[in-house]
Amino acid sequence: MSEPTAPVKKKRKVVLDQRLQAYRGVWVYIEHERGRVHPVSLELLGEGRKLADTLGVELAGVVMAGVDAGAEARGYCQTAFEYGADLCYLMQSDVLGEYRNEPYTQGLTDLVNAYQPEILLLGATTLGRDLAGSVATTLNTGLTADCTELAIDPDDRSLLSTRPTFGGSLLCTIVTLNYRPQMATVRPRVMAMPESQPGRTGRIVEHGLLLAEADIVTKVLEFIADDRRDTPQLPFADIIVAGGRGLGKPENFQLIRDLAKVLGAEVGASRPVVQAGWVEADRQVGQSGKTVRPKLYIAAGISGAIQHRVGMEGADCIVAINNDPDAPIFEFAHFGIVGDVATILPALTEAFWVKLKRQASLPPQEEAA
Amino acid sequence: MHSVVCIKQVPDSAQIRVHPVTNTIMRQGVPAIVNPYDLFALEEALRLRDQLGGRVTVISMGPTQAEVALRKALSLGADDAILVTDKAFAGADTLATSYALAAAIRQIGKELPVDLVFTGKQTIDGDTAQVGPGIARRMGLQLLTYVSRIVEVAPERREIVVERRAEGGVQVLQTRLPCLITMLEDSNRMRFGSLPDALRAARQEVRHWDKTAAGIEDVTKIGLKGSPTIVSKVFTPSPRAEKAEMIAIEDGSPADLAAALLGRIAARFPGVEKELAQRA
Ligand SMILES: Cc1cc2nc3c(=O)[nH]c(=O)nc-3n(C[C@H](O)[C@H](O)[C@H](O)COP(=O)(O)OP(=O)(O)OC[C@H]3O[C@@H](n4cnc5c(N)ncnc54)[C@H](O)[C@@H]3O)c2cc1C
Ligand SMILES: Nc1ncnc2c1ncn2[C@@H]1O[C@H](COP(=O)(O)O)[C@@H](O)[C@H]1O
Repeated sequence: MSEPTAPVKKKRKVVLDQRLQAYRGVWVYIEHERGRVHPVSLELLGEGRKLADTLGVELAGVVMAGVDAGAEARGYCQTAFEYGADLCYLMQSDVLGEYRNEPYTQGLTDLVNAYQPEILLLGATTLGRDLAGSVATTLNTGLTADCTELAIDPDDRSLLSTRPTFGGSLLCTIVTLNYRPQMATVRPRVMAMPESQPGRTGRIVEHGLLLAEADIVTKVLEFIADDRRDTPQLPFADIIVAGGRGLGKPENFQLIRDLAKVLGAEVGASRPVVQAGWVEADRQVGQSGKTVRPKLYIAAGISGAIQHRVGMEGADCIVAINNDPDAPIFEFAHFGIVGDVATILPALTEAFWVKLKRQASLPPQEEAA
Repeated sequence: MHSVVCIKQVPDSAQIRVHPVTNTIMRQGVPAIVNPYDLFALEEALRLRDQLGGRVTVISMGPTQAEVALRKALSLGADDAILVTDKAFAGADTLATSYALAAAIRQIGKELPVDLVFTGKQTIDGDTAQVGPGIARRMGLQLLTYVSRIVEVAPERREIVVERRAEGGVQVLQTRLPCLITMLEDSNRMRFGSLPDALRAARQEVRHWDKTAAGIEDVTKIGLKGSPTIVSKVFTPSPRAEKAEMIAIEDGSPADLAAALLGRIAARFPGVEKELAQRA
């Protein structure tokens, strides 16, 4: 990406080289993990569908997998169809069993050169960023990371990628000049999840990879899977209770956990609290933490700095508790309570407990009335 | 072991403010710092040197002021520092940056062969995490991103084993030297520089390389010309139209406030209400 510090160039109409005009279609890289398509790929299919429709071109998924994935790989293609893809490019090979930079870069580069898409989107995951950076360099084309908005310039069909810069204080729109494909990554939970259309199908285009294990330098010695029980799935939680420095001391973080427990919510945190070691690093919400999109986000003792805000402003309903009436978080929360976390949090825990218990004891019909 | 660590000088984005009236960035007085993510890379390189011997060279591409960042790295223990600086580099995006840095690292390698190249995970101003992969690609090095731990280096066998943060778990990877590592944050704790290093850093020469010294062969690949992307627009995020609805009750107890809040959520956010009902 260009430095935002560089003077902003007035965008001139891009006239593409003859050779590049052949590049057509929107691609989404379909990431999968242990038998299931990564949600970010589905979110990207939703966004890719809109771009493809605007351009009047097809939307394709790209599925790369080991040969032993067999039927599963076709299942990933089917999922892509149900979320909007018209076709899928399927590449299976022995060397694609576990993700490694070298064979995946070669495979995706081969596919791009063979079928020439104008846009290629990947999730901004550890895999997507690793792969996108290598592929863009190999193809000598532009890549915009962590976009929050994608659109088509009606004048010249180019992709307008908008992303936060300077830690989120500003947004900038990046265009790729005379290079194709135009590449972008998007973080999980930034784009909305599209509805699936069960039964929708499409065509599969298979393509081989000419690479043998002996050609590949890097070997995976072991994969240590995270223990699902204690790795928080923050990005996909529907309710999050998050605490910040305003809690004052580590013991007070228990007030956050208590409320989260009553609500069946995940616990989140601002960065200073993570850095002080009050909670694990993977609970950090924000620019250098996770992007979340819950239905309800309760922020207690969090000032609402831009780096925190960019990670959670997609929540449907934000409740802020802060003893400073001028705290920035009140600028964008839906509800605010000015008060001390030490008294407000326990009161909320109690109130939600009573409410949920009462609802639980109501017969379902009455509850709906 | 000879490690080259890529560091960038960046504005401390925590201190950047947007002018409330003109909506422009107020850059004056914003201190420049070493990109915080690069310090984890530097520390890892220093540890390998302390353990196995060898040297650590730090390199940065940027304006002459970026020398300050390199001096900081020297004071923390780096042995040599090179600033790649030339007007021709101005306006570079990550692709052009990785081209220039790769050329310069090759030049460094002519003086003393390079075993490992380190970068940070990402910068806090560019934030693309692309320069590391870009350098690796251009130099034909094996790429190891998001490394959380270096398990073992066997210089005699030219092998390295690392742990890499992946989706859903940790990959233990083995590869050949030389290779490029992008270091994950919080994977180590930066040392405090020693007094002798601080004294040395103040006196030591930071070599400045222009595009010729850096070994740039193709000038169409650097600076603005070598950049496939441009920034076409910069703007401030639109503020939410309405501010928070404040829940306040005169002489209200915390319990009253909590009850009032629950009532307002139920009234305005039926989706949240439904979610809560499912959890009852
Ligand atoms: C490159 C970079 C990346 C960053 N990434 C992130 C990120 O991913 N996530 C993140 O969160 N931050 C991030 N930050 C840090 C961010 O700039 C802020 O410093 C941070 O979000 C502030 O955390 P806080 O709101 O908990 O603390 P503070 O800003 O200290 O705010 C504490 C708040 O608590 C209130 N308070 C105090 N006492 C009480 C009380 N008794 N009751 C109620 N309220 C009280 C205060 O009024 C204040 O508003 C990043 C910064 C940089 C430079
Ligand atoms: N101008 C530069 N000079 C030296 N290293 C850089 C420069 N730009 C980026 N890097 C390195 O590349 C990493 C990733 O940067 P980025 O792609 O901008 O997120 C950084 O952590 C640095 O280690």
